Amino acid sequence: MPDLTLLEADGLAAAYGSRVVLEDVTFALRRGERIGVLGPNGGGKSTLFRVLLGLLPAAAGRFRVEGRCGFLPQTERSRLDYPVTALDVALMGTLTRIPWWRPLGRPERRRAGLALERVGLAELARRSFGALSGGQRQRVLFARALVQEAPVLLLDEPFIGVDRPSAELLERLIRQLAAEGRGILLSTHDIDQARGCDRVLCLNRRQVAFGPPAATLTRAVLEETYGDAIVTVDDGDGEQAAILPAHHH
Amino acid sequence: MHALLEPWRQGLVQRAFLELALVGVVGGALGCWVVFHGFSYSAESLAHALLPGLVGAALLGLPLVAGAAAGLAGAALAIALASQVPGIGRDASVAIVTTTLFGLGVLLALSPSSPPGLAGLLFGDPLGVTRGDLVTTAAVAAGALGALALVRRALLVVGFDRVNAAAFGARAAFADAALLSLVAAALLVGVQALGNLLVLAIVIGPAATARLLVRRMTPMMALAAALAVAGAAAGLYLSYYANTAAGASVAAALVAMFLAVLAGRAVTGARPAPSAGHPS
Repeated sequence: MPDLTLLEADGLAAAYGSRVVLEDVTFALRRGERIGVLGPNGGGKSTLFRVLLGLLPAAAGRFRVEGRCGFLPQTERSRLDYPVTALDVALMGTLTRIPWWRPLGRPERRRAGLALERVGLAELARRSFGALSGGQRQRVLFARALVQEAPVLLLDEPFIGVDRPSAELLERLIRQLAAEGRGILLSTHDIDQARGCDRVLCLNRRQVAFGPPAATLTRAVLEETYGDAIVTVDDGDGEQAAILPAHHH
Repeated sequence: MHALLEPWRQGLVQRAFLELALVGVVGGALGCWVVFHGFSYSAESLAHALLPGLVGAALLGLPLVAGAAAGLAGAALAIALASQVPGIGRDASVAIVTTTLFGLGVLLALSPSSPPGLAGLLFGDPLGVTRGDLVTTAAVAAGALGALALVRRALLVVGFDRVNAAAFGARAAFADAALLSLVAAALLVGVQALGNLLVLAIVIGPAATARLLVRRMTPMMALAAALAVAGAAAGLYLSYYANTAAGASVAAALVAMFLAVLAGRAVTGARPAPSAGHPS
């Protein structure tokens, strides 16, 4: 029986200096699985990703990643005035595989071109990154993550500031990547998006819950995850549905 | 035509141009990274802080390049030590060290017991370049450009998203150290021709001008290098016919090019590159 686990975390904790910002995180990501990481701002979603990427040492616990992690950071971190094209940005994904001193060859350029094609931007490869729309920029950053060719993808709020067509394309692509056997951790504020994942991990400075969406996303878990941010509305059938107010970055 | 060719018949003008062109090519290419990585102030600080080393070398009769290297090493060490002092920010520690070292250099250079001519270290003398200087500059320039080609990918990743660069295999500390070392190498050879106060003109000026004209790094580096060489030629013409100081004339030509392009953009209504999205 082959081991299908791509990523395992056991009692993981993270701290900035002496301030613990996340603790007791235990979960496993299997091949072909999408895990929605749900939580409020400051709940520890991005911090968890930083630990898994090796950018922040674990304060406690341990984790194991099969291979390396590809990463889609929040798009607002990227400079719009930087003199790079969409292709240049996609090619940045090669640095995790090819040492910094080695010049890039045709295979890498072809790979970056294919990644841009996959996110529907092959024709805009030579366009300045800063001149693209928000959705297109996010797709370029997604292409960079694809070029990393990692079995695990960490997607940090991939749908923030993205137009509807781009969001649909990215959702479709994420499903395809999972079907190809990659493991995906996707942080989000959107409960509906989390419901579409195979399992959900709820964080609020610690792990609140982990499991299949139907069993995990209960009113009690959401209240513990989001506190007062939860509101209740009538969904039209006389039933009450718990939703979140619009995301406030 | 005669007026155009006349200056180039003189060996010292030819050597001055070759020296400035070599410094211009490496300075222009590096300058683009300096400008985009926000290191203009750090580069200027390095240039000013090496003055005591230059003066010391002149007083001891050693090669200026050796003095500049010692000055840079001393400045880097002093900045590293000053930034460890609690309660002083990195910015302030760089400023304190720079002004202290620059003041010390000026004090030594202008001291009544110092031989005359040391004040020239502040403004350089491209017309005093020797063949040996040219060989040294060519070797350092070639090395710096080669090293820049090697670290280019890491610089690009760090400059684009400094916060997350490590997730893509590029450490910001490594990129910063590499860039500043290359700038130090360019200053090392550029300071003899353009002096302690003006050498930054050939690093920042052409890069700032090129940034206004092109949107990709490689063409920007090529354009900045070409502008630096053109500025060197224009400055030498100005110096020859207006009988002005050569180093200052080159700096003036580089600044004039920047202002001309800026004015041209204002007249044509060209919009600057977007700047939103930079992490604060």
